[in-house]
Amino acid sequence: MKSYRLTHLQELEAEAIFVLREVAAQFEHSALLFSGGKDSVVMAHLAKKAFFPAEIPFSLIHIDTGHNFKETIEFRDNYIKKNNFKLIIGSVQQSIDEGDLTEEVGFDASRNALQSITLLDVIKKNSFDCVMGGARRDEEKSRAKERFFSHRDELGQWDPKSQRPELWNVFNGKKKAGEHFRVFPISNWTEMDVWQYILAENIEIPSIYFAHKRAVFLRDGVTMAASEFITRRDTEKVFEEEIRFRTIGDVTCTGAVVSSANSVEKIIEEVAATRTTERGNRADDKRSESAMEDRKKEGYF
Amino acid sequence: MKNSYLNMELMRFSTAGNVDDGKSTLIGRLLYDSKAIFQDQYESIQEISLRNGEEQVNLALLTDGLKEEREQGITIDVAYRYFATPKRKFIIADTPGHFQYTKNMVTGASTCNLSIILIDARKGIVEQTKRHAFIASLLGVPHLIFAINKMDLVEFDADTFYQIKSEIESFVAKLNVKDIQFVPISALKGDNVVEESKNMDWYRGGTLMYLLENVHVGSDYNHVDCRFPVQHVIRSQSSEAPDYCGYAGRVFGGVFKKGDEVVVLPSGESSKINTIKLAEKSIEEAFAPMSVSMTLEDNLDVSRGDMIVRVSNKPTVSEDIEVIFVWLSEEPLNSTKKYIVKHSSNEVKCSIKEMRYKIDINTLHRLQEDKVVEMNDIARIAIVTSKPLLFDRYERNRNTGSLILIDEATNKTVAAGMIV
Repeated sequence: MKSYRLTHLQELEAEAIFVLREVAAQFEHSALLFSGGKDSVVMAHLAKKAFFPAEIPFSLIHIDTGHNFKETIEFRDNYIKKNNFKLIIGSVQQSIDEGDLTEEVGFDASRNALQSITLLDVIKKNSFDCVMGGARRDEEKSRAKERFFSHRDELGQWDPKSQRPELWNVFNGKKKAGEHFRVFPISNWTEMDVWQYILAENIEIPSIYFAHKRAVFLRDGVTMAASEFITRRDTEKVFEEEIRFRTIGDVTCTGAVVSSANSVEKIIEEVAATRTTERGNRADDKRSESAMEDRKKEGYF
Repeated sequence: MKNSYLNMELMRFSTAGNVDDGKSTLIGRLLYDSKAIFQDQYESIQEISLRNGEEQVNLALLTDGLKEEREQGITIDVAYRYFATPKRKFIIADTPGHFQYTKNMVTGASTCNLSIILIDARKGIVEQTKRHAFIASLLGVPHLIFAINKMDLVEFDADTFYQIKSEIESFVAKLNVKDIQFVPISALKGDNVVEESKNMDWYRGGTLMYLLENVHVGSDYNHVDCRFPVQHVIRSQSSEAPDYCGYAGRVFGGVFKKGDEVVVLPSGESSKINTIKLAEKSIEEAFAPMSVSMTLEDNLDVSRGDMIVRVSNKPTVSEDIEVIFVWLSEEPLNSTKKYIVKHSSNEVKCSIKEMRYKIDINTLHRLQEDKVVEMNDIARIAIVTSKPLLFDRYERNRNTGSLILIDEATNKTVAAGMIV
């Protein structure tokens, strides 16, 4: 008898497409968080596949801290144009200018946590009832407990202790007016799965994922890009190094890795051999033992 | 590297055991030995272990995700872990053994191919062993592995292992599990987890990892009864695809081929499959658990909630449904209340026709008198839905045979149901 089997990537893809279609069916006004980072690009790719040949029934949202790598923004804009997507930009700078936010100051100042407030603002202004993100359960320990369909109250808060049980392929997206859902279609993917999928599907990603020469400096053992957005201490000297980024966040909190991997295949080899987690270079997670959980409760993605 | 990775299978398993059975140590060992624990993660738990004044690095800390759990040293909720070997990618649903165990085990087991039940070799079968085995059987988990742990503390004694094995065998004869295996291990020392034990040459079976890598998961899906619940209708008027109308969904059973004669339920109208597509790619056939879109030769009125099936093999269509429920909510069942039922891509209301009996999870006896259904209870209940559902028995199909109950007032998921 013929054996009917899927590879694990095919099965993960089928699961993600199922979740994306469930969002289209259960919510009235959904959006997909799109930073131009690899996970969000994979999400947009899956959305295109889920609704082909129709247009994707979602808007894209980028919460822009204003502290971006310029390569990522160029990539984002080209991608949106090429695919004819609708992009809504939530500007943290604007929230600061309007007095909704107070900016951190000092050497380790970051706008990372401020994004939550801008995001909640965008959700409210556009009356989105569902926002999808490319978060994965393997990234961080509080995310290991996250549901595919994750309920947020009217203040956008996550209550990890009273999450709805999620069984089989049945997703409960019911909510009251003013509440919304965060949905994570690639919850079950690992960093390795994402890279393998990028390779298998030949997905275009921003250039800064690949090895390149850049002016950098060292802070607490982490290689950081020298940038106008970071105030350096006198002891932090700038030098040139061949590096790449494993994750792309705000310039102020994204560490680089020294690497010569200049193709997806080489990145995969590097990921297979690596001994630190993907978010290990994220200064935002290092603030305390439960930094991610605390931010998520307040509406972070 | 590239080719082998692209050929891997996915295997989902859950772990269950008592607080002290060494579940966290076992998961820690599987993650550590398969190199899924990273240096920074290890250093972080090393630091916490030191701070807590523990002698060894406490691998259990890896699986406790929330601040409150770490502070109290308990696991509150199902957590998902990932690791891979060159053969398979694994998803572990790590469920707590003590706190609301039924609710969490049921959630974790619902999507699993396999459950590992841990037993302390010094204690043998305890009440929770039976509960865990029963829940796995109730949830239709196809493969069960009983891992007899802490063999190092019983001097790796063969008789102890065989004694426990035979006790389990007489108990599980009452249950409905297709494939049961036994393996003697020491999670702490590593015997028979990933590496073969040098201390138990009387054991000829594979290590736990060998079993996880080689259990046959290909037939865990139903490839006989064709079931395609329509999840979403894709319409396009673009110049490349004018008047496209495709039915998107996930195959919940059987194999659909181009040209197959099909019936759309509940209308009963028939047609033939014109195309099957995975995004832009046309494919010849689709099987579970693929997400595809189909077009039919005839222009029918099809919408979300309908089901495309084969002419000769249809699901049951009825509003009178017998269900075994696991109650998940702190608020008990209110038999005068209407609940929302979610079943595949359908959503209807239901009322409670009769609460038939509860099942004592320890003895498997039916409790006819006690009619109160509270959190963690398992009960057989007859419901009537506001419109007929298209379903199969859970035993036959885990996806078309499962449903959830939602409280209209709170929108919370209050029960998980398996259709009898």
